[in-house]
Amino acid sequence: MSDSLQAAVDQAQEQLDAHTIEIVRWHFGDDTGCPFWLEKKRELNFDPLTEVKCFADLDKFPDFEDEWLRGGPVRRWVPQGLAHEPVYVFETGGTTGVPKSRIAMEDFRTDYSNFSDTLPDEYFPPGSNWLMLGPSGPRRLRLAVEHLAQHRGGICFCIDLDPRWVIKLIKKGWMDHLEEYKKHCIDQAVTILTAGHDVKCMFGTPKLIEQLCLELENRGTSLAECGITGIFSGGTEFTPQWTKFCVQELFGGPPEVSGIYMTPTYGNTLMGLACSEPVTKENKYKITYHAPQPRAVLQVVDFDDTDKVVGYGETGRSKLTTLTKEFFVPGFLERDEGEREPPCEQYPWDGISGVRPFSKLAGGTTVGVY
Amino acid sequence: MIELQAIRWGEPYESLDIDEVKHFYTGEPVARVHTVGSGIVQRDAKKAKFARRALQAISPADLIAMCKKAGELFESGTLQVGDSKQTPEDFIQQQSATTGMPIAMCQANVTKNAFVLKNIDTILDALTRGLDLNILARGYGEEERGVTVSYQAQCDALGAVLPSNSPGVHTLWIPVIALQMGLVLKPGSSEPWTPYRVYSAMVEAGIPRETFCLYPGAGADIGGAILSSCRRSMIFGGPQTVQQYSGNPKVQVHGPGFSKILLGDDCVDDWEQYVDMMADSVYRNGGRSCLNTSSIYASRHTKEIAEALAAKLGPIEVLPPDDPNAGLAAFTIEGAAKAIWGAIENDAKASLVTDMTSQYGERLVERDPVAYIRPVVLHHASIESDSRNKEYMFPMVNVVECPQDKMIDAIDYSLICTGVTNDEELRRDLIACTEIDRLNLGPIPTPQVDWLQPHEGNLIEFLYKNRALQIG
Repeated sequence: MSDSLQAAVDQAQEQLDAHTIEIVRWHFGDDTGCPFWLEKKRELNFDPLTEVKCFADLDKFPDFEDEWLRGGPVRRWVPQGLAHEPVYVFETGGTTGVPKSRIAMEDFRTDYSNFSDTLPDEYFPPGSNWLMLGPSGPRRLRLAVEHLAQHRGGICFCIDLDPRWVIKLIKKGWMDHLEEYKKHCIDQAVTILTAGHDVKCMFGTPKLIEQLCLELENRGTSLAECGITGIFSGGTEFTPQWTKFCVQELFGGPPEVSGIYMTPTYGNTLMGLACSEPVTKENKYKITYHAPQPRAVLQVVDFDDTDKVVGYGETGRSKLTTLTKEFFVPGFLERDEGEREPPCEQYPWDGISGVRPFSKLAGGTTVGVY
Repeated sequence: MIELQAIRWGEPYESLDIDEVKHFYTGEPVARVHTVGSGIVQRDAKKAKFARRALQAISPADLIAMCKKAGELFESGTLQVGDSKQTPEDFIQQQSATTGMPIAMCQANVTKNAFVLKNIDTILDALTRGLDLNILARGYGEEERGVTVSYQAQCDALGAVLPSNSPGVHTLWIPVIALQMGLVLKPGSSEPWTPYRVYSAMVEAGIPRETFCLYPGAGADIGGAILSSCRRSMIFGGPQTVQQYSGNPKVQVHGPGFSKILLGDDCVDDWEQYVDMMADSVYRNGGRSCLNTSSIYASRHTKEIAEALAAKLGPIEVLPPDDPNAGLAAFTIEGAAKAIWGAIENDAKASLVTDMTSQYGERLVERDPVAYIRPVVLHHASIESDSRNKEYMFPMVNVVECPQDKMIDAIDYSLICTGVTNDEELRRDLIACTEIDRLNLGPIPTPQVDWLQPHEGNLIEFLYKNRALQIG
């Protein structure tokens, strides 16, 4: 590691430690914390206000259980220090049973404003309009992408897409219905793209981007001909092979040839967006994500000892920590695995590559239309 | 180790996603296969018409000659398969290594697949019931009686989602090339060998390579893409798959056969004459095929029949795959054999059911990381037994006591039914029974295929529409 990178890494670590102390004090402060964490504090065998002095001290917390997010009252998650703010609730899952929910005020805007800074203006021209080709309903993503478009001076067009119905179709084995629903979603996107709205940028999941490109090809046109120049995409099925296929065949080449730039992201309702290092043919379309530190931290941990970070290049489970004033999630074990990657100049902290469904849980993961 | 790239209309495709196909027992990698996603399948499907055009440029007679040559090459040639030269012996070793099937069984399936290619003219003659192939090629023609007939092709290429468990089923799609249609294949995850070798043999024999796609990959993803993007496809799977695609005219689904033998009252007293035929029907090909008998019905002597079958099948031991007498294949999916054996044990506890093979030693043979189940014969004292028609992927048969006049209602669906009877009334009932697909009248083993009869799921009826065409 070069001296300058080492210095940047050290600085990022200091910043993370300081941020951790600040956020923990906020969430466990009697006047600022949320009912959930204040109650939890009584169960802990340490005092988070005095005994969390750096990021590593978060290991003192038990692993965060996402089951805690199921059911109400949802207000127990609202920090008293922000009680006067308008509150959003975003949900994940929910095909059957009670979905997990997360409250938010400004986080999704902050996360996506920060993410906006990583987008190249050449391909994401300020002022251009967007297409949100992803799930609608009680999803963070739908509002976040709309904010991103607005933040960049554009207007966002959306489609109707109910992912819970999609999962039900798959579970029922109604594959014809699934195909029709996919077409229904893509039809909406094609209608927007061909209606003269000057849409140049879009969000799409790999599956939907693929279907959109194939449908445009059927109609004798392409994303480029429709005016799309910048795509931000996300999802665990975002593999190097899919990216290769997409760039080489669906787009017609790398950005300098096809005029389309795509950036992969990794994230979920609990965290912001982890950005990717540039993905190119030269690096075999390898996708390496870095979390938006210090607001969120991604670690790659040992499958059995989840407090232990694996060595660089080694495989482990993805562990997420969210550190914002709105939401505190220490050590949440994701349903994904990947390889630990070293810091780089752009992101002087650890990353994760090769993200894929956690192999021991893979059978239980259903990836639907989006 | 052999490297198998995906094939996209004859062009090898290097994927960044590579799966290792491993030895069923040692776990050593035997092949590296380049897997693709559904987008590639869907995108390539748009070019299927070019495959058909390439084949239409060759006359049916020439295609038949090429297929025959391909049959010779498949059986005996050293072929370029993936990045390696593959001899017939290599092929059999590799297939046995990754599927857990005995060498002898792999060899038998080579013979079976090669037979179809080498006799493609007579087989097509049987499938078309003697139709001049030039009529299919041209789309219409004149019958001997001077009437114009027309057959409209329903697709440019047939899609096939292939299984890993029975290399014999490849006989079902092999004739397609000679019918001037391309092939879009998803090889089974542990048996990529047959489709790749057939492809190599056909290309070596002169068939245009651009008529083939081979897409290794995740079953549901690739399978779904093939079924949705090919206008005609076949898929192999369990009862759930059968139910899912049942009634879908675009999909020919092949699942459990629930094949049966019925002994009529006029023959059942001579049951001893048929024991070898019955045992063969249960045991041939390791009992893994949909053609294998899973239930035998008779009105009397059922206990003796079950005892005789148990005496023949029960002592069969698990042998190493390279033993020429090996007849049992391994269950390679972790826990599968144990779960199946658990289900059988549970069924055998029912009051009407008796496990006739229990006296021949333990059935479940665990040889970590795989397991085997030795042949099982269950006796069912009445058709009230709910498990009387169950089928599993190993030699397992239910011998069911059932009055003759109740048999037709009790047998449920049967891919093959052998009716051992000369009773004209029972024969009439069997002929009329819509639950029976292929009917054997007389003591014919259920796995025995008469290639001169349209067999399982007539390909011609599936791929062509018989329609009117008038010429002014």
